[in-house]
Amino acid sequence: MSASPGSSMRTPRRRVAGLGSARSGTGHFWLQRVTALANLLLILIALPIVIWAAGQEQAQTLAILGHPLVAIVLLLLIFSVCFHMRIGMQVVIEDYVPAEGMKVLALIANTFFTIAVGSAGAFAVLKISFGG
Amino acid sequence: MAGAAERPLSPHLQIYRPMLTMMMSIVHRITGVALYLGTPLLVAWLLAAASSEQAFSFVNGLYGSWIGLLLLVGYSWALIHHALGGIRHFVWDTGAGFGPGPRELFAKLTIGGSIALTGVLWIVIWLVKG
Repeated sequence: MSASPGSSMRTPRRRVAGLGSARSGTGHFWLQRVTALANLLLILIALPIVIWAAGQEQAQTLAILGHPLVAIVLLLLIFSVCFHMRIGMQVVIEDYVPAEGMKVLALIANTFFTIAVGSAGAFAVLKISFGG
Repeated sequence: MAGAAERPLSPHLQIYRPMLTMMMSIVHRITGVALYLGTPLLVAWLLAAASSEQAFSFVNGLYGSWIGLLLLVGYSWALIHHALGGIRHFVWDTGAGFGPGPRELFAKLTIGGSIALTGVLWIVIWLVKG
Protein backbone atom coordinates (compact mmCIF):
# COMPACT_ATOMS: atom_id res chain seq x y z
CA MET A 1 0.00 0.00 0.00
CA SER A 2 3.07 2.22 0.05
CA ALA A 3 2.67 5.42 -1.88
CA SER A 4 6.38 5.83 -2.47
CA PRO A 5 7.02 6.77 -6.08
CA GLY A 6 9.38 3.84 -6.59
CA SER A 7 6.86 1.06 -5.90
CA SER A 8 3.50 2.52 -6.96
CA MET A 9 2.05 1.83 -10.37
CA ARG A 10 -0.12 4.93 -10.02
CA THR A 11 0.80 8.14 -11.68
CA PRO A 12 1.08 11.23 -9.46
CA ARG A 13 -2.03 12.62 -11.15
CA ARG A 14 -4.03 9.52 -10.16
CA ARG A 15 -2.89 9.83 -6.58
CA VAL A 16 -3.85 13.49 -6.42
CA ALA A 17 -7.29 12.83 -7.93
CA GLY A 18 -7.87 10.30 -5.12
CA LEU A 19 -10.60 8.46 -6.97
CA GLY A 20 -9.29 4.94 -6.36
CA SER A 21 -9.81 1.83 -8.46
CA ALA A 22 -13.58 2.36 -8.80
CA ARG A 23 -12.89 5.87 -10.19
CA SER A 24 -15.64 7.46 -8.14
CA GLY A 25 -13.84 8.10 -4.85
CA THR A 26 -16.15 9.01 -2.00
CA GLY A 27 -18.91 10.15 -4.37
CA HIS A 28 -21.21 7.21 -3.64
CA PHE A 29 -20.87 7.59 0.12
CA TRP A 30 -21.41 11.33 -0.08
CA LEU A 31 -24.55 11.10 -2.26
CA GLN A 32 -25.89 8.47 0.12
CA ARG A 33 -25.51 10.84 3.08
CA VAL A 34 -26.81 13.94 1.26
CA THR A 35 -29.95 12.13 0.06
CA ALA A 36 -30.37 10.65 3.56
CA LEU A 37 -30.44 14.16 5.05
CA ALA A 38 -32.81 15.37 2.33
CA ASN A 39 -35.11 12.37 2.96
CA LEU A 40 -35.13 13.09 6.69
CA LEU A 41 -36.05 16.77 6.28
CA LEU A 42 -38.59 16.19 3.51
CA ILE A 43 -40.33 13.29 5.27
CA LEU A 44 -40.79 15.44 8.38
CA ILE A 45 -42.69 17.94 6.22
CA ALA A 46 -44.46 15.44 3.97
CA LEU A 47 -45.63 12.92 6.58
CA PRO A 48 -48.15 15.22 8.34
CA ILE A 49 -49.43 16.37 4.95
CA VAL A 50 -49.90 12.81 3.68
CA ILE A 51 -51.66 11.80 6.93
CA TRP A 52 -53.91 14.85 6.56
CA ALA A 53 -54.70 14.09 2.92
CA ALA A 54 -55.18 10.34 3.41
CA GLY A 55 -58.63 8.87 3.83
CA GLN A 56 -60.44 12.01 2.65
CA GLU A 57 -62.84 12.44 -0.24
CA GLN A 58 -60.92 12.44 -3.50
CA ALA A 59 -61.61 16.13 -4.20
CA GLN A 60 -60.26 17.02 -0.76
CA THR A 61 -57.14 14.90 -1.22
CA LEU A 62 -56.51 16.41 -4.65
CA ALA A 63 -56.88 19.93 -3.28
CA ILE A 64 -54.29 19.24 -0.56
CA LEU A 65 -51.80 17.39 -2.75
CA GLY A 66 -52.24 19.85 -5.60
CA HIS A 67 -51.18 22.91 -3.62
CA PRO A 68 -47.93 24.15 -5.20
CA LEU A 69 -45.91 24.02 -1.98
CA VAL A 70 -47.15 20.50 -1.18
CA ALA A 71 -46.51 19.34 -4.74
CA ILE A 72 -42.95 20.71 -4.65
CA VAL A 73 -42.22 18.96 -1.34
CA LEU A 74 -43.63 15.68 -2.71
CA LEU A 75 -41.61 15.99 -5.92
CA LEU A 76 -38.40 16.64 -4.00
CA LEU A 77 -39.18 13.75 -1.65
CA ILE A 78 -39.85 11.33 -4.51
CA PHE A 79 -36.65 12.36 -6.30
CA SER A 80 -34.47 12.16 -3.19
CA VAL A 81 -36.01 8.89 -1.98
CA CYS A 82 -35.64 7.14 -5.33
CA PHE A 83 -32.03 8.29 -5.63
CA HIS A 84 -31.33 6.98 -2.12
CA MET A 85 -33.15 3.72 -2.97
CA ARG A 86 -31.03 3.25 -6.06
CA ILE A 87 -27.62 3.69 -4.45
CA GLY A 88 -28.68 1.76 -1.35
CA MET A 89 -29.93 -1.25 -3.30
CA GLN A 90 -26.81 -1.04 -5.47
CA VAL A 91 -24.67 -1.82 -2.40
CA VAL A 92 -26.97 -4.67 -1.36
CA ILE A 93 -26.72 -6.19 -4.85
CA GLU A 94 -22.94 -5.79 -4.95
CA ASP A 95 -22.70 -7.53 -1.56
CA TYR A 96 -25.03 -10.48 -2.18
CA VAL A 97 -25.01 -11.27 -5.90
CA PRO A 98 -21.69 -12.97 -6.57
CA ALA A 99 -22.18 -14.00 -10.24
CA GLU A 100 -20.99 -11.20 -12.49
CA GLY A 101 -23.74 -11.48 -15.11
CA MET A 102 -26.55 -11.65 -12.58
CA LYS A 103 -25.01 -8.75 -10.70
CA VAL A 104 -24.94 -6.52 -13.78
CA LEU A 105 -28.54 -7.47 -14.65
CA ALA A 106 -29.67 -6.79 -11.08
CA LEU A 107 -27.93 -3.41 -11.08
CA ILE A 108 -29.66 -2.48 -14.34
CA ALA A 109 -33.02 -3.71 -13.01
CA ASN A 110 -32.42 -1.60 -9.91
CA THR A 111 -31.88 1.50 -12.05
CA PHE A 112 -34.98 0.75 -14.15
CA PHE A 113 -37.13 0.13 -11.07
CA THR A 114 -36.14 3.23 -9.14
CA ILE A 115 -36.45 5.53 -12.17
CA ALA A 116 -39.84 4.00 -13.06
CA VAL A 117 -41.17 4.40 -9.51
CA GLY A 118 -39.82 7.94 -9.29
CA SER A 119 -41.21 8.96 -12.67
CA ALA A 120 -44.64 7.48 -11.91
CA GLY A 121 -44.78 9.30 -8.58
CA ALA A 122 -43.62 12.59 -10.09
CA PHE A 123 -46.12 12.26 -12.95
CA ALA A 124 -48.98 11.66 -10.51
CA VAL A 125 -48.04 14.69 -8.40
CA LEU A 126 -47.71 16.92 -11.48
CA LYS A 127 -51.01 15.71 -12.93
CA ILE A 128 -52.78 16.39 -9.62
CA SER A 129 -51.14 19.78 -9.23
CA PHE A 130 -51.82 20.90 -12.80
CA GLY A 131 -55.46 20.04 -12.23
CA GLY A 132 -55.82 17.12 -14.64
CA MET B 1 -15.97 -15.14 -12.85
CA ALA B 2 -14.07 -17.64 -14.97
CA GLY B 3 -10.42 -17.84 -14.07
CA ALA B 4 -10.82 -15.76 -10.93
CA ALA B 5 -8.56 -16.81 -8.08
CA GLU B 6 -10.11 -18.75 -5.20
CA ARG B 7 -9.60 -16.11 -2.58
CA PRO B 8 -10.22 -16.74 1.11
CA LEU B 9 -13.45 -15.22 2.37
CA SER B 10 -13.51 -13.10 5.49
CA PRO B 11 -15.47 -14.59 8.41
CA HIS B 12 -19.16 -14.09 7.84
CA LEU B 13 -22.23 -13.73 10.07
CA GLN B 14 -22.49 -17.29 11.33
CA ILE B 15 -19.07 -17.12 12.97
CA TYR B 16 -19.95 -14.26 15.32
CA ARG B 17 -21.94 -14.32 18.53
CA PRO B 18 -25.06 -12.21 17.86
CA MET B 19 -24.83 -8.75 19.37
CA LEU B 20 -27.32 -5.92 19.60
CA THR B 21 -25.24 -3.52 17.52
CA MET B 22 -24.80 -6.17 14.84
CA MET B 23 -28.54 -6.91 14.83
CA MET B 24 -29.28 -3.19 14.43
CA SER B 25 -26.89 -3.06 11.47
CA ILE B 26 -28.68 -6.00 9.84
CA VAL B 27 -32.12 -4.56 10.62
CA HIS B 28 -31.03 -1.23 9.12
CA ARG B 29 -30.31 -2.99 5.85
CA ILE B 30 -33.49 -5.09 5.98
CA THR B 31 -35.67 -2.04 6.68
CA GLY B 32 -33.92 -0.29 3.79
CA VAL B 33 -34.85 -3.10 1.42
CA ALA B 34 -38.40 -3.17 2.83
CA LEU B 35 -38.78 0.57 2.30
CA TYR B 36 -37.44 0.14 -1.24
CA LEU B 37 -40.28 -2.31 -1.90
CA GLY B 38 -42.72 -0.09 0.03
CA THR B 39 -42.22 3.14 -1.91
CA PRO B 40 -44.54 1.87 -4.69
CA LEU B 41 -47.31 1.88 -2.03
CA LEU B 42 -47.05 5.66 -1.79
CA VAL B 43 -46.74 6.02 -5.56
CA ALA B 44 -49.79 3.75 -6.09
CA TRP B 45 -51.82 6.00 -3.80
CA LEU B 46 -50.68 9.12 -5.70
CA LEU B 47 -51.37 7.50 -9.08
CA ALA B 48 -54.82 6.37 -7.94
CA ALA B 49 -55.64 9.87 -6.71
CA ALA B 50 -54.49 11.26 -10.06
CA SER B 51 -56.42 8.67 -12.10
CA SER B 52 -60.06 8.26 -11.17
CA GLU B 53 -62.54 8.12 -8.34
CA GLN B 54 -62.86 4.33 -8.67
CA ALA B 55 -59.10 3.76 -8.55
CA PHE B 56 -58.80 6.10 -5.58
CA SER B 57 -61.53 4.42 -3.54
CA PHE B 58 -60.11 0.99 -4.46
CA VAL B 59 -56.66 1.89 -3.11
CA ASN B 60 -58.18 3.61 -0.07
CA GLY B 61 -60.22 0.49 0.63
CA LEU B 62 -57.09 -1.65 0.30
CA TYR B 63 -55.04 0.52 2.69
CA GLY B 64 -57.97 0.87 5.08
CA SER B 65 -58.41 -2.89 5.42
CA TRP B 66 -56.84 -4.86 8.28
CA ILE B 67 -54.08 -6.21 6.10
CA GLY B 68 -53.52 -2.78 4.58
CA LEU B 69 -53.28 -1.08 7.96
CA LEU B 70 -50.94 -3.80 9.23
CA LEU B 71 -48.75 -3.21 6.17
CA LEU B 72 -48.78 0.56 6.76
CA VAL B 73 -47.88 0.14 10.45
CA GLY B 74 -44.97 -2.10 9.45
CA TYR B 75 -43.97 0.36 6.73
CA SER B 76 -44.00 3.29 9.18
CA TRP B 77 -41.95 1.31 11.72
CA ALA B 78 -39.40 0.41 9.04
CA LEU B 79 -39.24 4.07 7.99
CA ILE B 80 -38.71 5.31 11.56
CA HIS B 81 -36.17 2.59 12.36
CA HIS B 82 -34.23 3.31 9.19
CA ALA B 83 -34.38 7.07 9.89
CA LEU B 84 -33.10 6.65 13.46
CA GLY B 85 -30.38 4.32 12.18
CA GLY B 86 -29.47 7.00 9.65
CA ILE B 87 -29.23 9.67 12.36
CA ARG B 88 -26.95 7.27 14.27
CA HIS B 89 -24.76 7.11 11.16
CA PHE B 90 -24.67 10.93 11.00
CA VAL B 91 -23.32 10.95 14.57
CA TRP B 92 -20.74 8.32 13.65
CA ASP B 93 -19.76 10.40 10.60
CA THR B 94 -18.49 13.07 12.98
CA GLY B 95 -16.20 10.47 14.57
CA ALA B 96 -18.19 10.37 17.81
CA GLY B 97 -20.07 7.51 19.45
CA PHE B 98 -17.85 4.55 18.52
CA GLY B 99 -17.10 3.52 22.12
CA PRO B 100 -18.73 0.43 23.67
CA GLY B 101 -21.06 2.58 25.82
CA PRO B 102 -22.42 4.93 23.13
CA ARG B 103 -22.81 2.30 20.45
CA GLU B 104 -24.83 0.05 22.79
CA LEU B 105 -26.91 3.09 23.74
CA PHE B 106 -27.49 3.92 20.07
CA ALA B 107 -28.63 0.36 19.40
CA LYS B 108 -31.11 0.49 22.27
CA LEU B 109 -32.32 3.97 21.28
CA THR B 110 -32.83 2.83 17.68
CA ILE B 111 -34.96 -0.18 18.56
CA GLY B 112 -36.76 1.39 21.54
CA GLY B 113 -37.21 4.75 19.83
CA SER B 114 -38.56 3.22 16.63
CA ILE B 115 -41.18 1.18 18.50
CA ALA B 116 -42.16 4.13 20.74
CA LEU B 117 -42.36 6.62 17.86
CA THR B 118 -44.38 4.20 15.71
CA GLY B 119 -46.80 3.85 18.63
CA VAL B 120 -47.04 7.63 19.04
CA LEU B 121 -47.51 8.11 15.29
CA TRP B 122 -50.43 5.70 15.10
CA ILE B 123 -52.05 7.04 18.26
CA VAL B 124 -51.89 10.50 16.68
CA ILE B 125 -53.30 9.15 13.40
CA TRP B 126 -56.06 7.38 15.32
CA LEU B 127 -56.89 10.57 17.29
CA VAL B 128 -56.87 12.76 14.17
CA LYS B 129 -58.57 10.41 11.71
CA GLY B 130 -60.81 8.53 14.13
